[in-house]
Amino acid sequence: MAEVKIDSKVTVVALVENEPGVLNRIASMFRRRAFNIDSLTVGRTHKPHVSRMTIRVDAGPEYARKIAANLQKLINVIDVRIIDNEPHVERDLALIKVRNDDADSRNTITEICDRYPARIVDVGPKVAIIEVVGTEAIVEEFIERVRPTGIVEMIRTGVVSMGRGTRIHDTNFINRRALAEAAAEARNGNGRIV
Amino acid sequence: MKLKGSEIIMECLLREGVDVMFGYPGGAILPTYDAMSQYEDRLHHVLVRHEQGASHMADGYARATGKVGVCIATSGPGATNLVTGLATAMMDSSSIVAITGQVPIPAIGSDAFQETDVTGVTLPITKHNYLVTDVRELAYTIKEAFHIARTGRPGPVLVDVPKDVQIAETEFVYPEGEIELPGYAPPWAAQDMDIEAALRLIQEAERPIILAGHGILMSGAMNEVRELAERAQIPVSLTLLGKGAMPEEHPLVIGMMGMHGEACSNLAIQEADLLLALGMRFDDRVTGNLKTYAQNARKIHIDIDRSEINKNVKADVGIAGDLKTVLTQLLPNLPQKSHPNWIGRIRDWQEDASERDILNYETPGILLTAQVINDIWKLTGGDAITVTDVGQHQMLEAQYYPHQRPATLLTSGGLGTMGFGFPAAIGAKFGMPDEEIWAIVGDGGFQMTLCEMATAVQENVNVNIAIINNNFLGMVRQWQELFFEKRYQATPMVNPDFCKLADAYGIPNRCVTQRDEIEDAVQFARGIDGPTLIEFVVEKEEMVYPMVPAGADLHDMKRRPKPGEA
Repeated sequence: MAEVKIDSKVTVVALVENEPGVLNRIASMFRRRAFNIDSLTVGRTHKPHVSRMTIRVDAGPEYARKIAANLQKLINVIDVRIIDNEPHVERDLALIKVRNDDADSRNTITEICDRYPARIVDVGPKVAIIEVVGTEAIVEEFIERVRPTGIVEMIRTGVVSMGRGTRIHDTNFINRRALAEAAAEARNGNGRIV
Repeated sequence: MKLKGSEIIMECLLREGVDVMFGYPGGAILPTYDAMSQYEDRLHHVLVRHEQGASHMADGYARATGKVGVCIATSGPGATNLVTGLATAMMDSSSIVAITGQVPIPAIGSDAFQETDVTGVTLPITKHNYLVTDVRELAYTIKEAFHIARTGRPGPVLVDVPKDVQIAETEFVYPEGEIELPGYAPPWAAQDMDIEAALRLIQEAERPIILAGHGILMSGAMNEVRELAERAQIPVSLTLLGKGAMPEEHPLVIGMMGMHGEACSNLAIQEADLLLALGMRFDDRVTGNLKTYAQNARKIHIDIDRSEINKNVKADVGIAGDLKTVLTQLLPNLPQKSHPNWIGRIRDWQEDASERDILNYETPGILLTAQVINDIWKLTGGDAITVTDVGQHQMLEAQYYPHQRPATLLTSGGLGTMGFGFPAAIGAKFGMPDEEIWAIVGDGGFQMTLCEMATAVQENVNVNIAIINNNFLGMVRQWQELFFEKRYQATPMVNPDFCKLADAYGIPNRCVTQRDEIEDAVQFARGIDGPTLIEFVVEKEEMVYPMVPAGADLHDMKRRPKPGEA
């Protein structure tokens, strides 16, 4: 089994304004500063105007601090945190299509899946799709286990992370522009009270 | 009150305190130009001859005044012509708001006539940019743009306004109060523990040196820096853009640092045991080889941009904050100190430098750039605002025109933009009409933006142009001489007759070839209320010394040979 090195990786979490072009700004900054990133995921949060990014970097904490400082410089980035030094939950998800065309491989796959947070989500006569969800380390380990059976297609979401307990990474930011517009309309007697 | 988008732009500019804007009209910005006619008495528009000139003028205006400079251009080529000026402003933290027209929203993405993805193009060279897609957002966006441009580490902000947004009407409500942006809070004060750590390092230092950068000027921390230097008796070395942070006549100021800095400054940095880096960013032209840079020194780095700390040089104490605020926190507990041996050692190096000074050479029959610049310094009482281009004349200006006041040397430091000098000087004059302004430019750089002579004439801008003409791209030629065995590939220039050119534009002019003609020509230019041009025909193959070759150790300087040595 190939050695999986994940100890050196650092996670940066950023809350960003959910506006057009924000991902472009962030990607452009990474390219311009020649920062190498391992994975980057973006998703919506419980607040419609806020998105959350998890960025995995294969480098030490000093490098992560540089990335964080440059991210923080972007106007649309609301808050940045490096979350490796605190207890946190992290998840990576992979969909793996493997060969499934003989009894041996079917058995092997079923056995491996039983020992990991993985399940077979689609089975056909020739191939099957496995879903595995866990820490990055678990997912990497799982991939190495199923590799000998023959991976034909694979996709990973990249890591998402969240601090445990009351370490809440949120923002009180309310969409000021929407507020200003509403206030202007209210002043004009259009009746919408903010 | 219902206003068109174009009128909202004008109303917002007025409320931001703008009185002049530099621009060039075109299809997609025409509605905004049409609205200008109602505001002519309060908002002066300067018609440039190329949009690059507009961006440099806005930059020069911003650097001279500390206010936000404004430039306007149309979509597509108009906007892309601003790019060099925006990149220049970005590198030197100059506050510009650029307003560009864009094709109407329905046409965006269709490769319409004069359509360019301007927010995409300018993304890495602006502090922030906007594409306004709703006229109701226009006022708010412009207010944000000015706020971002002038606060924190200043920089250029571009607002791209589609033509239909300029035409659309909405109720104009100027957003009241301070702008609050969720992701934008420039650092301000330092934590007590960092101040204590910095004080401890200053207390322990025996060979300290202050590296004074542009941030001092932008934060307005000149008095604080002076008090720090005087009370702790710390010599001060200046960056190119830090000139004016302390008067160069001050006994503690030991001159510029870096590639063409004073030898004593560079040697002092290499021998120092403490660097106090104030509002500077350890540019490669300042540090030389980072591996051997100030190896014996601990470093205190104070800068408003957190990402600058530990970027090139690791700081023992790194403080992200506003310099004036941080120094005000630090000064009350700053000890009185003296470093007579250290300062004595630097004085010895200074004496060696003065022996090597080109002004002390016998140079009969030829004209040297250093002489021209030094004479302009004398004749202007050292009190003009000089705006330079890029190259040998720029470095010689920095060496031979000592500046006593902040914001009196305007120059493209970070980007090294040829063509910057002359238009930036025009912009500076609009911002500082009572100051004497000299554009000191080379024959190469001047030809990149000389079309703005027409602008200077149309607006009767009192700017004196000093062309240092060696019929060479001098600095490139210097590198070719030193590092490419004098293969002068593409550096000799066949130039126009600059005086005839000035005649064609209607600009009074003189040509100087001998040192004893300098005074008369300079006084001639000073006596005319309007643009003037003096061509100084100087020695073709001059060298700027000292020189730290790119990437070499900072103490490894090529020095000007002493008379008789060469």
